[in-house]
Amino acid sequence: MKYRTVFDIIGPVMIGPSSSHTAGAARIGRVARTLFGQQPDYADIYFYGSFAKTYKGHGTDVAIVGGILDFDTSDKRITNSLEIAKQNGLGIDFHEEEAITDHPNTAKVVLRKGEDRIELVGISVGGGKIEITELNGFQLRLSGNHPAILVVHNDRYGVIAGVSNVLAKHEVNIGHMEVSRKEKGQEALMVIEVDQNVDQPLIKELEALANITKVTKIHD
Amino acid sequence: MFRNVAELIELAESESKTIANVMIEQEVEVTGRPRELIIKQMKNNLKVMKEAVERGISERVQSVSGLTGGDAILLQEYMKKGQFLSSETVLDAVSKAVATNEVNAAMGTICATPTAGSAGVVPGVLFGMVNKLQPTEEQMVDYLFTAGAFGFVVANNASISGAAGGCQAEVGSATGMAAAALVQLAGGTPSQSAEAMAIALKNMLGLVCDPVAGLVEVPCVKRNAIGASIAIVAADMALAGITSRIPCDEVIDAMYKIGQTMPEALRETAQGGLAATPTGRELEAKIFGMSLNKNE
Repeated sequence: MKYRTVFDIIGPVMIGPSSSHTAGAARIGRVARTLFGQQPDYADIYFYGSFAKTYKGHGTDVAIVGGILDFDTSDKRITNSLEIAKQNGLGIDFHEEEAITDHPNTAKVVLRKGEDRIELVGISVGGGKIEITELNGFQLRLSGNHPAILVVHNDRYGVIAGVSNVLAKHEVNIGHMEVSRKEKGQEALMVIEVDQNVDQPLIKELEALANITKVTKIHD
Repeated sequence: MFRNVAELIELAESESKTIANVMIEQEVEVTGRPRELIIKQMKNNLKVMKEAVERGISERVQSVSGLTGGDAILLQEYMKKGQFLSSETVLDAVSKAVATNEVNAAMGTICATPTAGSAGVVPGVLFGMVNKLQPTEEQMVDYLFTAGAFGFVVANNASISGAAGGCQAEVGSATGMAAAALVQLAGGTPSQSAEAMAIALKNMLGLVCDPVAGLVEVPCVKRNAIGASIAIVAADMALAGITSRIPCDEVIDAMYKIGQTMPEALRETAQGGLAATPTGRELEAKIFGMSLNKNE
């Protein structure tokens, strides 16, 4: 089942005009911001396909920047987000890309602050639902609809078992899990969608495990 | 958990529950959230819809592109003259569907049902019925859960995206959802709701997605208008005891297959249909020749 909840159908509450081009874009921006964990100094936004062709009319640009500012799809400040970004010292560059992507509504967001950098590719699949398809070069499928934990780690045996043991101990149920790596034995990523929000002590416990580089959580 | 309309109706009728109740119970089970919170969230959605309708019929909203705005008011003024041809209920619903979509196009706050481009039909039909049926808030919330239950089936078995399945997947789905929910609001049975959905969606089959300049304005706003009128007529037909020869689930499946065979030019690419008419192209050139960004 692609859609789980009635509020995917009756909802979201959002600033118009397009659930795919506006609400979906805001959600992509917000997931990037959540994963980055701080307000960036600079955002490079790449639009592909239908996003590239119609972003001005649909407010995709203001919506995605609103998301990067951590605004919800229904936040009225979205319409003034470019101005608010400027006031907050957030530099933005839009890039209209010609490349053909798998999905017509695709955006890439690169956020930077000092040495910190995150690169995320998201698609807007309709009705405001999104999927994150790439994070820092890792292929993945993350809906952004459920709380999730992202674990960057070294590709070694026992790491996945260690993480799931900690989750089991805290009685956190895994709804969906994906593991991916760039190369065997190199840097790898676990994406774990869970049923409830997780707290900081659990994150700390995961970070303390062997071969774990970074743990980030993303909430509803 | 219901996967199709047949299972939804079976669940409702075998346990003598409304479709709204089946939807709420499933939501509790799937999300683990308490019933009260789920109902509260839907009440909030209802409030957002009401505010958008009220804004659209009282304020001359204008979209950034200038393509849409002000038609909901024209309809309300026309109705006041009392010389209209269809019924007051139909015209009120149509004007409120238009109102919602005009607010949407003007970057106002709306509730997507099932999408933003098709957000007018479900609330338009509901608020068009306020004088006639005088529903309580609880009945209005139930209407939304019923619409949601049918939309849930369409989204999971076919599509609610214009880019994937044409406008039949957006305004078509919304029209079917509104027809089914209106049957419940008017006191019909769950199976009559399914018949109304089938009848309504049948009349949206093949509807292409051809937005002028790629924006959800032309022809979207007027398609929401006529979708609302179709939903009301389909609900009346079902309440009269008329059934669809093709079962609802098969109509949904047909819609999905039509969407898959639809050329890409007619699926939200602004390459065909009305978008590719001389006037459509002229408007596109005009819109993209100017800055649509208020902040620049």
